[in-house]
Amino acid sequence: MFPRMVYESFRHQARRKLLAGIAITLGVAVATAMIAVATDIGDKINRELRSYGANLVVTPQEDTLDVEVGGVNLKPPSDGAFLNEADLPKIRGTFWHHNIVGFSPMLPVTVKLGSGSGAKDVTLVGTYFNKPLRFGNEDFTTGVKITHPWWKVEGKCGDGAAPRPGRVQDLPASCAWPDDNSQNILLGERLAAKLAKRPGDTIQVSGRELTISGILSTGAQEDDQIVAPLALAQQILGKLGAVRRVYVSALTKPQDALAIRDPKTMTPEVYDRWYCSPYVQSIAFQLEEAIPHSHAEQIRQVAQNEGTVLSRIKGLMLLITFAALFASALAVSAAMATAIYERRVEVGLMKALGASSLAVSAIFFAEALLLALVGGVAGFSAGALLAHQIGRSIFNSQISIEPVLFPIILAIAVFVTFAGSAAAIRRAVKFDPVFALRGEG
Amino acid sequence: MSTPGTLLTPKQVAARRAQAPHISMFARMLFRAAVLRRRRAASALLAMIVAAAVATAMTNLYVDVQAKLRTEFRNYGANLVIVAKDGQSLPAGALAKVESVLGEKTMAVPFSYAVARTHDGQSVVVVGTDFTRARLLNHWWKVSHWPDAPNEALIGMRAAAVVNPKAAPNRQPFELTFQGKAIQLAPAGMLQTGAGEDSRIYLDQSEFQNWTGIAPSTIEVAVNGTAAEVETSIRQLAQLLPSVHVRPVRQIMEGEANVLNKTRATLYASATLVVFTSALCVLATLIGWVFDRRRDFAIMKALGASERLINGFFAAEAAALGAVGAILGFFIGIGVAIWIGRVNFHAPVVPRFSVFPYVLAGSVAVALISAILPIELLRRVQPAVILRGE
Repeated sequence: MFPRMVYESFRHQARRKLLAGIAITLGVAVATAMIAVATDIGDKINRELRSYGANLVVTPQEDTLDVEVGGVNLKPPSDGAFLNEADLPKIRGTFWHHNIVGFSPMLPVTVKLGSGSGAKDVTLVGTYFNKPLRFGNEDFTTGVKITHPWWKVEGKCGDGAAPRPGRVQDLPASCAWPDDNSQNILLGERLAAKLAKRPGDTIQVSGRELTISGILSTGAQEDDQIVAPLALAQQILGKLGAVRRVYVSALTKPQDALAIRDPKTMTPEVYDRWYCSPYVQSIAFQLEEAIPHSHAEQIRQVAQNEGTVLSRIKGLMLLITFAALFASALAVSAAMATAIYERRVEVGLMKALGASSLAVSAIFFAEALLLALVGGVAGFSAGALLAHQIGRSIFNSQISIEPVLFPIILAIAVFVTFAGSAAAIRRAVKFDPVFALRGEG
Repeated sequence: MSTPGTLLTPKQVAARRAQAPHISMFARMLFRAAVLRRRRAASALLAMIVAAAVATAMTNLYVDVQAKLRTEFRNYGANLVIVAKDGQSLPAGALAKVESVLGEKTMAVPFSYAVARTHDGQSVVVVGTDFTRARLLNHWWKVSHWPDAPNEALIGMRAAAVVNPKAAPNRQPFELTFQGKAIQLAPAGMLQTGAGEDSRIYLDQSEFQNWTGIAPSTIEVAVNGTAAEVETSIRQLAQLLPSVHVRPVRQIMEGEANVLNKTRATLYASATLVVFTSALCVLATLIGWVFDRRRDFAIMKALGASERLINGFFAAEAAALGAVGAILGFFIGIGVAIWIGRVNFHAPVVPRFSVFPYVLAGSVAVALISAILPIELLRRVQPAVILRGE
């Protein structure tokens, strides 16, 4: 009898059930999407913060002083210590290699521009643009295109024609960047203006004839410099495999009290916890382990600030998620209360026929449970879809939904539906059947 | 108004009723409906208040959070750099001019550079600056102790080994020479940034200028504001100081724009979802509340009320509910926004009363829609059917 009553109620009052079900579905969908976005926003914003560039720099241990004013290095170029280029792929072998977005080696060399008496000193920086590398069985590419996303290059594409939209190799981002194995260079925009050079022209650099593949604009000292493939800079310097410093861009965790402790003073357990947390300090420590004779340090301008920005945005999303959960809970309760309130006559009839309050409540709760489960499943799917859309349209990447969220969401849906129905059911049950049947109330 | 005083004669009562404006019956019906069904009315009003509060809080946050985040982003330091066109010193008074254009909200710090030699002939870059300003601009500088006495210098981590190899920590004075002129400096503290600053020595600008005779060649400026405001500042500065280049620091500007855009988009999507859900809540409650009163509707119709009057009545009721809910909800929402600002950003959100008309219009519109929907359904039903309780 009991299942039949529930079944008949759904069959005959399809419209009302549908309304309540829609309310639950929408409420759950919004809650799911918000929770998914809020749990993933930290990672997403962390990646966006990488557009500020590298947050770590690796230098040789016995590094000497940079004597650089206005982008011009005043030191003899072969001075000082270097890192070995062959050690760089080992960065991918560190514990937190998944958190390392990219790295770029830098090798500044002072070169003579032009020939004869008109020659002048300019800094040429050798680096990776988008270099394919291999560590173990893993292939990856890295370079300034990843670590210095604000670098803009202007120039002609491939065959010398203007960029054509729709062709991948003609996208502004990939156009005019020199190949890492070529003898082509990028000319800083202020230097280019001074020399009146354009993309495609050639330039005399320390006795070599190099082709300018593009004009580089960075808004910093590189605007007065030449940027070349690392191998070319090493040839000019005469030191194969030499790298002056490496910029590393890594996803890090905002620092806390543990992060800034000295690893030498830690107990083994604390040390393990520190080592296995992606703090900028522990990643620096692991970089030093990976690259022999190196010293890794955080670039404080970038590393110190991202933690604050990240925690602000995460905190904000958390509070908004609470608001969303509250609003959806209220919407579901309101819909349920309305649905039950409309059925007082039915309650009156049941009671007049001798049903106990408990039996009547049981029917309503069973119906609410059914609605909550169906609405919860539909809402979870819709919410997952919504989160996916938000991730794709805003961050251009997937927002992952933890499977563990599903039972939690379902439990919340059932709980909120019950809570929303409880007051209405109690009032409906208490209502005098005589009034209900007479249609008063 | 509803209970005539006992002192009045029936005639007086009649006269009073005749004088009373026609609207009073209408208002009375509205008022009585709310009082007699106060539980249902209260729950409808509550839904309305919550929706309006959430909408207010979200719009306030949406506008204000961007300003708040921009302030956070200024911790990244300067977003503009001013250099002389010829690569030499800036014109005298450039700093004062920059500050007069950009006003209070801006931080401008002068820097001047020279290459000096240590006692054993090593080259080192010495920078003259204003320590008070630099400290405010560059929050990320890790400084063990800021210079506060004359002839004290701030030594970069890596420069320390060069100027004073053995005695870096115990603050022994050291000597630097620039074009034959020597200066005795005491190390005040160490500077650590992980960037180029680590290989430099920082001095107070006036001492630096007395020693080397070099005036500032660079001013780093942190301009607070939207991208358009920063653009305006660049144009103003270029107009005022024709002999200089004003360059945006692309790394900082683009990073900020990127993070801010993504945050804004996320905030927008969330705000839309939350406002949509609360509108749904209002809709569900109000439809219930109007459906509930189908007997009132039927009686009015049976007594000969015109359709226009009935529609007007329910619409007025919904509008009143929406308006009251919007007003109460607006203030609660402002409170929530201020609270979130305090908890998350440690700075109060400035209440934006300009959003009030939108919240009010939105609330009334949602209330009207949720009232009209069930009325349209009820209109097709004969009053007798409703009154029979079917």
